[in-house]
Amino acid sequence: MKHAVTLTVNGERVEREVEPRLLLSDFLRHELGLTGTHVGCEHGVCGCCTILVDGAAARSCLMLAVQADGVELRTIEGLAEGEELHPVQAAFREAHGLQCGFCTPGFVLAITAFLEESETVDLSDGAIREAIAGNLCRCTGYQNIVEAVRIAARAMGKASA
Amino acid sequence: MKPPPFDYHAPATLDEAVRLRTELGPEASILAGGQSLIPLLNLRFARPSALIDLRRVRELVYVRAGQDGVAVGAMTSQRELERSVDAARLCPLLREAQRCVAHPVIRNRGTVGGTIAHADPAAELPAALRVLAGHVTVRGPRGERRIDADELFQFHFTTSLEPDEILTEVFFPALRPDAGSAYLELSRRHGDYPLAGAAAIAAGDHVRLCFAALGPTPVLVESDDPADWDAAIEPAGDIHASAGYRRELAAVLGGRALALARERATGGAA
Repeated sequence: MKHAVTLTVNGERVEREVEPRLLLSDFLRHELGLTGTHVGCEHGVCGCCTILVDGAAARSCLMLAVQADGVELRTIEGLAEGEELHPVQAAFREAHGLQCGFCTPGFVLAITAFLEESETVDLSDGAIREAIAGNLCRCTGYQNIVEAVRIAARAMGKASA
Repeated sequence: MKPPPFDYHAPATLDEAVRLRTELGPEASILAGGQSLIPLLNLRFARPSALIDLRRVRELVYVRAGQDGVAVGAMTSQRELERSVDAARLCPLLREAQRCVAHPVIRNRGTVGGTIAHADPAAELPAALRVLAGHVTVRGPRGERRIDADELFQFHFTTSLEPDEILTEVFFPALRPDAGSAYLELSRRHGDYPLAGAAAIAAGDHVRLCFAALGPTPVLVESDDPADWDAAIEPAGDIHASAGYRRELAAVLGGRALALARERATGGAA
């Protein structure tokens, strides 16, 4: 039996009927055509499908679409304002924080949550690496990703805690 | 992979959830945060007939601090418990153990009740609950009852909850003012389940240790003698580590956790 869901995705109201077993990641990609959310492992290890659920980072492969009824989602498509990149996206470009780009949307969302969570952010190597620990980059670009976090933090006016 | 088909229910109240639990029978599963259950569905290790999703049961989301300890509603996210200043003050062990659980992104959704009810012997919070001599509250068609941590964990992924009961609250007793505590673990990769974990509490001559990932349940030992720890644990060998290596880890991590707990007990901090 299908279930009706109503949610907000990147500021737009979405109404659909979904099978209970439909993963939120597949809902975003196949139902809404938002293919910027990448799917890697589908069991919560790689972090590629990370999105923001009511402002908090979450794995969209570890949520069912029916669980998203009533929530507000942000995906990689919802970060840039027109042609202007989100500070985290701009920082990735500046620091060369990506190579193949497959893991990038997940990293960008996880880092966006990390930086938006509070006014001050711990920008030590340890804290940044803890924040991105749930995301795997097989091009091994971590060094530049860590640098991108610092650049983005400055651009977003975050004081170092 | 994708989950197999199942029916889905999202009751708005605990009463309704309990009624559904009885009505749908033991083939149905409770869905809390889904950070363990949904991977099991995706891999098709679990094939429940129906899911009873507790996300709308807001009465199960709270962290209540009292003099005796911290009562945590089953649907409280692990991130919320980690951030609770009261919980960190009353049971410093909780924040320490909580930070070893997977990653912040997982802890945003993973719940306190979920990890306890899932009863993975390698998980951190079950070991914390047991070393603190905590208990849980469960609700079923016959009403509410309390289960002590010592009675709760029966075997790998198996608790003493009846099939028609739902775990509603987890209670962590406050650490005595003269006691110190610590949680340490070793995992291959940051955020993985540990190869072995050790929670320790020291108060004067009295010590309690609880080991994670070293038996079919969290293993409690009330002794500071590593020979007693070695006798109590039942480590298994697997692709990640041999049983013998895990035995050595028990001695090393147990010793370090106990030393840290003792230092904190005398130092007065944490």
